[in-house]
Amino acid sequence: MVCRDAMDRFSPFLDDELDPVASREVSRHLESCPSCAAALDRHRQLSESLRRDLEYHRAPDLLRARVVRDVRAAARRDGAHSRPATQPWRWLSAAAAVIVVGGGTWLVTTLPRDHADGLTAREAVSGHIRSLMANHLTDVTSTDQHTVRPWFAGKLDFSPPVTDFAGAGYPLIGGRLDYLQGHSAAALVYLHHKHTINVFVWPVANAHEGVAPPMTQQGFHVIHGTHAGMTYWVVSDLNAQELASFAEMFAAPFAKP
Amino acid sequence: MTHEIAPETASPERRLSPQELERFSECVLPYLDAAHNLARYLLRDRHEAEEAVQEAFLRAIRHFDSFRGADGRAWLLRIVRNTCFTQLRRRRSGGDGVEFDEEIHSPEEGASGPEVDLAGTIAVESVRKGLSQLAVEFREALVLRELEGLSYKEIAQVAGVPIGTVMSRLARGRKQLLLALGAGVKEND
Repeated sequence: MVCRDAMDRFSPFLDDELDPVASREVSRHLESCPSCAAALDRHRQLSESLRRDLEYHRAPDLLRARVVRDVRAAARRDGAHSRPATQPWRWLSAAAAVIVVGGGTWLVTTLPRDHADGLTAREAVSGHIRSLMANHLTDVTSTDQHTVRPWFAGKLDFSPPVTDFAGAGYPLIGGRLDYLQGHSAAALVYLHHKHTINVFVWPVANAHEGVAPPMTQQGFHVIHGTHAGMTYWVVSDLNAQELASFAEMFAAPFAKP
Repeated sequence: MTHEIAPETASPERRLSPQELERFSECVLPYLDAAHNLARYLLRDRHEAEEAVQEAFLRAIRHFDSFRGADGRAWLLRIVRNTCFTQLRRRRSGGDGVEFDEEIHSPEEGASGPEVDLAGTIAVESVRKGLSQLAVEFREALVLRELEGLSYKEIAQVAGVPIGTVMSRLARGRKQLLLALGAGVKEND
């Protein structure tokens, strides 16, 4: 293989989209051609830079509310459909109604197997959205678990499991108090890339141990489980797979006997 | 799949059954962020992107019966990109810009000097700027590949082109970016 043929294949080679024969030929050429190897390295750096440096534009909450409202309107039986409002304050009230109150057709049709779980998931998602919308993500902002844990100590009658997972790419950024299902809950806030993760934790008695199947509510993924008398609800717009591995990591320290 | 929709008819006339609603919220709605991210990079305008995403979701609802349940992300992103390209064509017919031509759109060589710092790493701002100056088809392929992690096959589904075209758009887009960054694409003698 000559240099030109190799260079023409750098892009699919790095994407792992070349057929095995062509891929082997490129590899063989690179072993014997330092200047092509250097050029490939530039390609690799460019890819890394794009992934690292480009902003990932998450949907703003107001847009999320509008889309959810449109979807719900399409499912309404009475045929009533609210016209898109134009004034910003009307958007705002629509957003509040859809997101915070929820309910209606949406709830009935997306309710998972366990009715109570569905209700809590809805509350957890509302809590997550509220924390993003109200600009009230944390009461105590610290990446240090040894600061966050004592902060809760004076405010809750239980001690939530607080671990920083910065090493795995999920830094703890703080905590706050929240209230779910009639319980005071510790809300722990983590970040992964640009995605916020809220974990709501409170103690339960006589609950089934284990992890429930993941749910999706209003475009957010929700995972919950109960271990060692603590129930936790993990909510984020992070993709389901990564969120599941985070939830597993979160539960590991206190799930083990 | 390019459906022209007048803004005033932008309401989903089609009703979703409860089963469809559940499937829609499980298979399509979770990709709202991906939809918005793509629209932002294609249109490069915050408000137009939000409008395009909302319109795309209305189309998605209306045409949900065409969803075969295989890949909600690619299905939704195809509608989003079509909505965005319709918007771009509207913009162009307003007077500025030229139609995309893969052969004509070559890098602006020498337009910018080397933007590589001493350590040889690529400067953040130049990468963002470089990407925004690429032809929209190249930008689309790069965003779907690098930010969404889609395979060539999935990108082909979204863009509605053969896989070979995806391969060449990515290769050309990257080459142009590297040239614009002055980051030494090895030239042939």
